[in-house]
Amino acid sequence: MTRLAAIIALVCWVGQMAKAESIVSGLSQSRVSITADFVGSEILIYGAVKRDSPPPEGAALNVIVTVQGPSTPLKIRRKERVAGIWINNASVEIDRAPSFYVIATTGPLPKILSQTENLRHKISIPSAIRAVGISSEAVRAPDFVDALIRLRLADGSYGVQEGSVELNEDTLFRADVQLPANLTEGDYVVRLFLTRSGKVVATQDRTIDVRKEGLERFIFQMANDAPILYGIAAITIAALAGWAASTAFRLMRW
Amino acid sequence: MQLYLPIAEISVNAFLILGLGGIVGFLSGMFGVGGGFLITPLLFFIGISPAVAVATGATQVVASSVSGVLAQVRRKAVDFRMGLVLLAGGIAGSAAGIWVFRQMVARGQVDLFVQLSYVLFLGFIGLTMLQESLRAMRRLKNTSAPIRRSHIHNWVHGLPLKVKFRTSGLYISVLPPIVVGAMVGFLAAIMGVGGGFIMVPAMIYLLGMPTKVVVGTSLFQIIFVAAFTAFMHALTSQTVDLLLAGLLILGGVIGAQIGARVGVRLKAEQLRVLLALLVLAVAIKIALDLLIEPSELFSISPERIT
Repeated sequence: MTRLAAIIALVCWVGQMAKAESIVSGLSQSRVSITADFVGSEILIYGAVKRDSPPPEGAALNVIVTVQGPSTPLKIRRKERVAGIWINNASVEIDRAPSFYVIATTGPLPKILSQTENLRHKISIPSAIRAVGISSEAVRAPDFVDALIRLRLADGSYGVQEGSVELNEDTLFRADVQLPANLTEGDYVVRLFLTRSGKVVATQDRTIDVRKEGLERFIFQMANDAPILYGIAAITIAALAGWAASTAFRLMRW
Repeated sequence: MQLYLPIAEISVNAFLILGLGGIVGFLSGMFGVGGGFLITPLLFFIGISPAVAVATGATQVVASSVSGVLAQVRRKAVDFRMGLVLLAGGIAGSAAGIWVFRQMVARGQVDLFVQLSYVLFLGFIGLTMLQESLRAMRRLKNTSAPIRRSHIHNWVHGLPLKVKFRTSGLYISVLPPIVVGAMVGFLAAIMGVGGGFIMVPAMIYLLGMPTKVVVGTSLFQIIFVAAFTAFMHALTSQTVDLLLAGLLILGGVIGAQIGARVGVRLKAEQLRVLLALLVLAVAIKIALDLLIEPSELFSISPERIT
């Protein structure tokens, strides 16, 4: 009986150790409205480290923030020279890749996060992309995933901002993340990680609701809910516009 | 002025899109081509996905074709009867083309076949037209040369089912226009374009129609082809972006009116030389894309589009 009590006490103590530090956080906006004049949005992610006891000595505290858009399957193609002509030849199917992914940290990622913890929490960009069994689809299949990351880093859909998170007195932190204009609708997941000597000691998830509003919402919904009506409307508008221009030019006698 | 497009899911400059629509509409009104072969790569270039570009481009082609046809109708330069006959052939031809395309997809290497046939076909049409129209221009300067007949009487004129195409000044069997319409529809379905710039030379050289009538008649039948394409895309893949289409249409209908007026002031030979150069330019552009090593070998596409 005493043994059982001791085990329970130990489990509780270990549990409390793990929760010695936790995150309290907030977002500057938890909802982004995509309207016709949407040109992107700046999100401020701020927070504090909550402690029940003094911080452990030695290992430095680091903060990692990731913002992830909705994931979709993708097809990556590679052009190859066939009979002297460059043509899309090999292709690889990616199971899931986020449409948007930004990772902001207080320092260089390999230094503040161990490889095992990265794989467990899927933090770095390559580990956030799910590409299982691609090696059978094409020769040098990993090149396709590298190309996906390279292209998306170039167009701003993916980003690595090492050292951009401000951390004051090991307690207060803030990160600024720019959402670009070519944003897809959906739930954007914000993940916060506290690390000490490569190990994740606390995490928290929050979501940003990105939605089309007004005219954008109306057009998008009509296209999906009433495709026949939408198709007829598109053709009618086109025909009427053609007629209107012709009439206008005739009246102007140009 | 930046505008977020609801279906393309990208923010674009509204004036840039208006300008693109205007340029393509201008060429459309002048030459009687739909302009899909220009608008799709241009939209793709500013970051709009190919599926949205094709579907929305087709909507704009409807608008600029209606605009251009109405400008031609007023000068009685549309042969409605010929247009309908070509359209009937075109529907049959594109149905066959879609079937052949599916067979090729199943066997792989479609891209290679399509691109190669595109280059060879456009190159051949462009060069032949350029040579013919330059010769015609030279003949005009040399006034003592005998007047050339618009077409030569041969076995084609012995075919049954003769019909009067009054606007074109032709009294021929309906069979050649149906066959030409079917051929163009077939090629258009395989190459994924409306086929206006194949149709225009075919009407001039294969059917012997006067150049002035060709522009309006071609636009007339393009309206139906493009409307059908846009409607099918709206129905099956929801890739018609009305906001993007609206901007392209606004630019396109105005451009088509100006193009039609400029086209009328040109001599038929000059119009043919310019169209030949346009066709050749497209052929050279595609050929270079195939031959020069691209700076980026990889491309990303949503998986549902195969």
